Amino acid sequence: MTELTNLQNELLAAVAGAGDEAAIEAVRVAALGKKGSVSELLKTLGAMTPEERQTRGAAINALKAEVTDAIAARKAELKDAAIAARLKAETLDVSLPVRSSPAERGRIHPISQIVDEITAIFADMGFSIAEGPDIETDYYNFTALNFPEGHPAREMHDTFFFNPDEKGERKVLRTHTSPVQVRTMEAQKPPIRIVIPGKTYRQDSDATHSPMFHQVEGLVIDRKAHVGNLRWVLEEFCKAFFEVPSVTMRFRPSFFPFTEPSFEVDIQCDRSGGQVKFGEGNDWMEILGCGMVHPNVLKAGGLDPDEFQGFAWGMGLDRIAMLKYGMPDLRDFFNADVRWMNHYGFRPLDMPTLFGGLSA
Amino acid sequence: MKFTLSWLKEHLETDASLEQICERLTAIGLEVEDVDDKAAYKPFVIARVLAAEKHPEADRLKVLTVDAGDGKPVQIVCGAPNARAGLVGALARPGTYVPGIDVTLSVGKIRGVESHGMMCSEKELDISDDHNGIIDLPEDAPVGTSFAAYAGIDDPVIEINLTPNRPDCTSIYGIARDLAAAGLGTLKTMPIPSFKVEGELTTAVKIELDDQRLCPGFALRLVRGVKNGPSPAWMQKRLRAIGLRPISALVDITNYMTFDQGRPMHVFDANKVKGDLVVRRATEGETILALDQREYRLGPANVVISDDNGVESIGGVMGGEHSGCDENTTDVLIESALWDPINIARTGRALGIITDARYRFERGVDPEYMMPGLERTTELVLELCGGTASKATLVGYRGFEAKTIDFPVSEVKRLTGLEISSAESAEILKGLGFGVAGSGERLTVSVPSWRPDVDGKADLVEEVMRVHGVDKIKPAPLEAIGTVNARILTTLQIRTRTARRALAARGMLEAVTWSFISEDQAKLFGGGSAALKLANPIAADMSDMRPSLLPGLLSAAQRNADKGYGDVAIFEVSGTYESDKPEGQRRVAGGVRRGTASIAGAGRMWSNASKGGGKPVDVYDAKADALAVLEACGLPMSNVQFETGAPEWYHPGRSGTIKMGPKVVLGYFGEFHPKTLAALDIAGVYCGFEVFVDAMPEPKKKATRTKPPLDLSPFQAVKRDFAFVVEKSVEAGAVLRAAQGADRKLITGVNVFDVFEGASLGEDKKSIAIEVTIQPSDRTLTDEDFEVLTGKVVASVAKATGGTLRA
Repeated sequence: MTELTNLQNELLAAVAGAGDEAAIEAVRVAALGKKGSVSELLKTLGAMTPEERQTRGAAINALKAEVTDAIAARKAELKDAAIAARLKAETLDVSLPVRSSPAERGRIHPISQIVDEITAIFADMGFSIAEGPDIETDYYNFTALNFPEGHPAREMHDTFFFNPDEKGERKVLRTHTSPVQVRTMEAQKPPIRIVIPGKTYRQDSDATHSPMFHQVEGLVIDRKAHVGNLRWVLEEFCKAFFEVPSVTMRFRPSFFPFTEPSFEVDIQCDRSGGQVKFGEGNDWMEILGCGMVHPNVLKAGGLDPDEFQGFAWGMGLDRIAMLKYGMPDLRDFFNADVRWMNHYGFRPLDMPTLFGGLSA
Repeated sequence: MKFTLSWLKEHLETDASLEQICERLTAIGLEVEDVDDKAAYKPFVIARVLAAEKHPEADRLKVLTVDAGDGKPVQIVCGAPNARAGLVGALARPGTYVPGIDVTLSVGKIRGVESHGMMCSEKELDISDDHNGIIDLPEDAPVGTSFAAYAGIDDPVIEINLTPNRPDCTSIYGIARDLAAAGLGTLKTMPIPSFKVEGELTTAVKIELDDQRLCPGFALRLVRGVKNGPSPAWMQKRLRAIGLRPISALVDITNYMTFDQGRPMHVFDANKVKGDLVVRRATEGETILALDQREYRLGPANVVISDDNGVESIGGVMGGEHSGCDENTTDVLIESALWDPINIARTGRALGIITDARYRFERGVDPEYMMPGLERTTELVLELCGGTASKATLVGYRGFEAKTIDFPVSEVKRLTGLEISSAESAEILKGLGFGVAGSGERLTVSVPSWRPDVDGKADLVEEVMRVHGVDKIKPAPLEAIGTVNARILTTLQIRTRTARRALAARGMLEAVTWSFISEDQAKLFGGGSAALKLANPIAADMSDMRPSLLPGLLSAAQRNADKGYGDVAIFEVSGTYESDKPEGQRRVAGGVRRGTASIAGAGRMWSNASKGGGKPVDVYDAKADALAVLEACGLPMSNVQFETGAPEWYHPGRSGTIKMGPKVVLGYFGEFHPKTLAALDIAGVYCGFEVFVDAMPEPKKKATRTKPPLDLSPFQAVKRDFAFVVEKSVEAGAVLRAAQGADRKLITGVNVFDVFEGASLGEDKKSIAIEVTIQPSDRTLTDEDFEVLTGKVVASVAKATGGTLRA
């Protein structure tokens, strides 16, 4: 039996000494291949007596098992070592910078973002979004909105005019988003609940006035909407928009040709500390104008003012953007300075929703 | 509109505090813009000079010992010539801000002598220009008390921001009436003017106008033998407090009437008027030297008052210098007239004249107060300047007919939600001077002559509501729509929004640029038509409505480059203007990339170092942006075609047009024509695009949201490569289309993976290598099948492009 022991020792030594996958394969062939040393021994089993088989046969099989296992173990070992060596060789400097995601670099202008915020809020109250042209007729911009010809109220709007056409009519750049009120009434029967964001133009330029700016207007027409409802809509809007639990508003009687009664609305705020905070403080800040739609405007929209009624409000989009997000100068909105856009802009995937919060 | 508290109280009997008055004013729609409670005058006290010694070091200075009534006399160095022992004046102690010299006092040393304050002149207190000496009060002035209270300069000044619909509140009397109606006191009744009338008016008045509305009434009276000195102190004080400079009694009286009663008056020096007064339109080119010492050129649009000398006054706007009253005036003509608000506004605007008279006439002056105003003014003139009044004349006035409004009181609740009784509504209206007839739920209301703004029921609702209290209106929820809200945005709105997010997600920054650009830039991009030119642009380079977003974006990119940010990718989704009609306003998504600002990122990076780092942007970057917009907007890309070339502002060989069908242009993309860049005065590498979001057709309405069943082939998809040698002018797109068309069923994808040009192919040739994806659907393809399909692809490409399989 020593011969078997010797062979086993010899083979195990060869297994241990195999340095790579080829060497171990050679050992396997030499031992377990067709003509391998162990295979040759197994062939002798057939000529043995049953007794011999019981002892020597078992020993040969044990040898085979032992060697097979050793080879498999060594093979696995060598494979792991090879992988480890390859991985080591493949190591890269992961501290090298990579490109940022374009979706992280891009920016949405605050105006677009705010329009989305407003859309999210008013959609929840059953409003839809209406739009109209920037270049308006005098009729829609003034006359249909109850601005009498030559009335000083027209002067309050520093209007941009186009040259008169052959009929002597001159178009204007709309001075407010209100023309869309009448355009909507003409196109749609009540009930009407719309919000109108858009560009507006007046001949004015300083830190808080720009010849081009943005307004958002709201209009509700049905058979019973009144000032109390108007108040509720505006309070709910301001709470949702400024993302504060409560706001205090002050309605002051005022004058706009297209509403009667008319109001200016102040919102209570705290201006100490250089920032404006809503829902607290002792100051009032004028934030919007509103009122019940003037009977003449309803008539211009083809509605009977004794049957239908409603309210409208309008405010500066840029202004509420500045109030909420802190841009100091309106003129920067239109300068397309990449540093401003990067700083005050919004990431493209930050989409304002009510379920996810308006702002992150 | 400015007034003082004491002036207001001349008409309003009230115990209300300044704060209560201001709060109420704002609450009823007379928004308080500013209140000066004169707290600045509080530190000035009346003090007596006990002793005045010569300053040891200066001849003109005196060292005063001043007692302010507290038994602790202070030492003050004073240079006033009238400083003397026994003088009673106004003392300012250290720490006091002295408005007239804009200095806060501290203890000082003047030529070695300490000075603990200042005895003030009127100029130093900013109450007049008098600086001849320190204030010298009567002996019995109460030492130790407030000087301002004694001198009557502690009268708070209130300024309200008057809305243009309230002419009645251009008068302090009108404001008092509103406050009284709002429960803040009682309106005092004004005594009816009474004076003796002697003699006739010698100047006749003629209205020679084609339109009666231009001057619906003109009243005139002569007062002879007046003495036009300074007006009395009480009047001067009031005028000065609201920012008016006292001039002479006659002029001050007219100003006083303007503010007190909202009744602008005019006075002519009767001895300078020659012949009759004629109210007429000015003739073209007529001029007047007005009271502001400026000459105005008039025309038929302006209504004037003239005499034999020519134009003496611009009616309702400003008087003329020639017939103005001065200290030598002895006979005065007092005018109280009515003018057309619209014409006054036009005249004032055209001539650039802003006066207190214009301010009132263009809002509407109470016609029924024309005569009472003349009476009251006459009374003031007689009182302050003496003289005798002639009989008055009134021409052109046809009387006032009050509007009546049928007012169902339920309107208040309908429009405001407020429950206000009919009785209270009636009370409020009566308090404001409205006539109220009837009772119960339906009132007949007549509108007073001073409220031209009130026309209908809604106006009356506003009156009742503002006096009752706007703060009493409680928020009431808008009726819920009672269902989950359906989609609220239109396709165009959704696409606009999506285009923005898609472009921003490609690393671009959204800009908002001006809708108006310079004429040169507009013309460069196909615009500049007369209809889109502003008549009154705010600046010469903002004169034309933009035909394209590109000039604004290109200029913006260059501005950034000039600041050191050369690699910029910016876009805008907004309007451009093809005509002045609503449908001429397009909705465009446009973008510009400059330098190396590709979607991967700008600038050099170790990972692209082998390519030299920072590849400049080109036509393909712009094409990818344009396609991203179309895809984001949900346009089926199979319907889209490309043509080489774009409008003239693009590089003709590096630009493309995106179309759907032969007519619908969806957009353009490319690099820019060097002449365009030169004309815009910009430099660097640019590419850009514009996609017409409004040109995309509305998506087809689907009957169901269910997607068609997914048909997955069980057979393996196979890829085959082909390389075709074609003429250089052949577009890869043609090869792709031809290959795809060889078998629309089996071939599910074709892509170009290499384009090669080289001498080995021959001049004017190139090789286009494509990968064709083949997806069998009913059985595994045999070698023969592939051979047939390959033959079809080669034949199709050869037919369409003349290309041959590369050897």
